[in-house]
Amino acid sequence: MSRDILVWVEQFEREAPAASWEAVGVARQIADEGGGGVIACVLGGDGLADLAEEAVAYGADRVLWAADPTLADFRVEPYTTVLQQLVREHEPGTILMAATFRGREIGPALAVRLETGCVADCTELHFQNGELMATRPIYAGKLLSRCVIPERRPQVFTTRVRAFPKPEPDVSRQGEIAELLPSVTEDEIAVKVTGFKDTAGGVSLADAGVIVSGGRGVAGPDGYEPLRELAQLLNGAVGASRAAVDAGWIPYEHQVGQTGKTVSPDLYIACGISGAIQHLAGMRTSTVIVAVNKDPEAPIFKIADYGIVADLFDAVPALRDALKEKLE
Amino acid sequence: MHIVVCTKYTPDSEAKMSVDEEGNISWGDSPLIINPWDEYSVEEALRLRDEHGGTVTVLSMGPDVALEALKHAVAMGADEAVRVWDEACAGSDTLATSYVLAKAVEKMGDVDLVLCGKSAIDAQTWQTGVALATRLGWPSLMYAINLVELDREQRSITVERLLEEGRQVVEAPLPAVLGTTKGINEPRYTSFIGIRKAAQMEYPLWTLEDIGADREKVGPQGSGVRWPEVFEPPAREAEAEIIEAETIEEEARILVDRILAEKVI
Ligand SMILES: Cc1cc2nc3c(=O)[nH]c(=O)nc-3n(C[C@H](O)[C@H](O)[C@H](O)COP(=O)(O)OP(=O)(O)OC[C@H]3O[C@@H](n4cnc5c(N)ncnc54)[C@H](O)[C@@H]3O)c2cc1C
Ligand SMILES: Nc1ncnc2c1ncn2[C@@H]1O[C@H](COP(=O)(O)O)[C@@H](O)[C@H]1O
Repeated sequence: MSRDILVWVEQFEREAPAASWEAVGVARQIADEGGGGVIACVLGGDGLADLAEEAVAYGADRVLWAADPTLADFRVEPYTTVLQQLVREHEPGTILMAATFRGREIGPALAVRLETGCVADCTELHFQNGELMATRPIYAGKLLSRCVIPERRPQVFTTRVRAFPKPEPDVSRQGEIAELLPSVTEDEIAVKVTGFKDTAGGVSLADAGVIVSGGRGVAGPDGYEPLRELAQLLNGAVGASRAAVDAGWIPYEHQVGQTGKTVSPDLYIACGISGAIQHLAGMRTSTVIVAVNKDPEAPIFKIADYGIVADLFDAVPALRDALKEKLE
Repeated sequence: MHIVVCTKYTPDSEAKMSVDEEGNISWGDSPLIINPWDEYSVEEALRLRDEHGGTVTVLSMGPDVALEALKHAVAMGADEAVRVWDEACAGSDTLATSYVLAKAVEKMGDVDLVLCGKSAIDAQTWQTGVALATRLGWPSLMYAINLVELDREQRSITVERLLEEGRQVVEAPLPAVLGTTKGINEPRYTSFIGIRKAAQMEYPLWTLEDIGADREKVGPQGSGVRWPEVFEPPAREAEAEIIEAETIEEEARILVDRILAEKVI
């Protein structure tokens, strides 16, 4: 095993999510501190050359890309097989990827095939006595756990989305880019992708820098309109509490919390959300939290940085107008 | 159809978690319950059984308290329940846990479909389902939010699964491992008859020998990951600054200034 770090950079329609660049940034830092190089791997159907160059700009020393019809859609089997092939050829000591839906599936699948450990959803990663020590939230973020993979190599870590900074791309960086011939054929793959439905609707919650979230206080599907306007102005996404999702006012994909998404935006604006512990579980690590609620006793004010005690149907439009004024 | 549902017991999601000086985790007097994510799997399994016939077996690796999860699933309507445990299993990570669960599924022999929850609300790794599928060499269909079709003739299953950008529609042959998520169904409550049945039922305990598991592959020696320290995160500082002014417009302007000063937009 070498000290090299393999990072899988995921893509959708030839674009990588910010979370993958965050993972490359973490790999770069580990390599600079502990030695070894950063090998990025990009898999897909075709047209990956630009992405490979981007990976260099974000910090990779080498980029190996494989374009093949079997890799056009994300699937666990062929993706894991190609990554395993890469591990055999390059013997990295550490493997990193973003803890997205895809990464959370590939990380453990690869780890089992390699009979090694996988630490999921790391929010911190640093050297301690020469070993990589990870920190990850457990019990819905009520506790934190340090995790280490003491013996087995390679060791696998997935990095929590938005927990690490996205590096500044440097287009003058030089790196080696090579094509890889994947060793999979379609008849070996059991799972077939037969369709795709776009339900995210614009900015995805996980990547959003700003989230405007609404709970039971929005009082119906139409109540989300002012929130959407505010979100749009901030180039953000719309979130929801479980109460609103269960009422059928907004699809599950928007739910934030213990049984929804865990998000960590720079700014989280909670409107008409009481702040139940299961909701806080999904957003407590946001950088700045703003709460708008009619009830001054609402528990959301206990973790918010700023609060307005008012009817959200007055406050949210006022906020939108005040923002428009400032941004102009 | 033989459908297996993997369940874990966890503290209630309301539990106030704490860590003592020795590093022992405590959840106060909060009850231990079935992992909330696993209720979706139990519900989906019951619906499939009612439509296609067959048996639903719930499976848990864990000490005595794991019975709470099994009992809840039986009270919802599951037919059989199996617990696997040996002191040697304590300290298993998902590499080791998936090995034990795979051995138990293999022992059952006739399994068509295994269901797992998206994640267990304690360690919340989201790993066990896909790790189990990989162990068994079966297709992994995680984060399924809609079961489109199970075709018994063709022995195939079609689901919509979540990705960041939308829902991927995937089809796979059986046997397979399905990971459920909220939105796939609305789990039923336990019934009186179910609760009675759960109280009277036998819960067989399978040992490592029963499932033919290699002791070297369970517990810490079978695991890749160690967790030397668990601690409470620093609390978010005190109460919110409540913005107060004559009018809501003025409050909004002050708030915008505060937000701009934070440099988050
Ligand atoms: C196992 C489990 C998992 C759960 N997972 C989640 C999860 O993932 N995410 C989640 O959110 N919840 C989750 N919950 C539910 C959680 O416990 C709460 O029930 C839920 O978060 C409440 O949603 P809410 O704040 O929108 O509604 P409420 O608690 O009803 O609060 C509504 C708030 O809106 C305010 N309000 C009303 N009208 C207005 C108005 N016009 N203007 C301003 N304010 C107004 C009220 O003062 C109140 O504070 C879970 C629960 C369990 C048991
Ligand atoms: N000890 C266990 N016994 C049975 N099933 C488990 C166990 N641990 C995890 N699972 C299953 O795996 C899912 C994901 O758990 P985790 O990977 O721990 O987040 C859970 O929802 C369960 O379905």
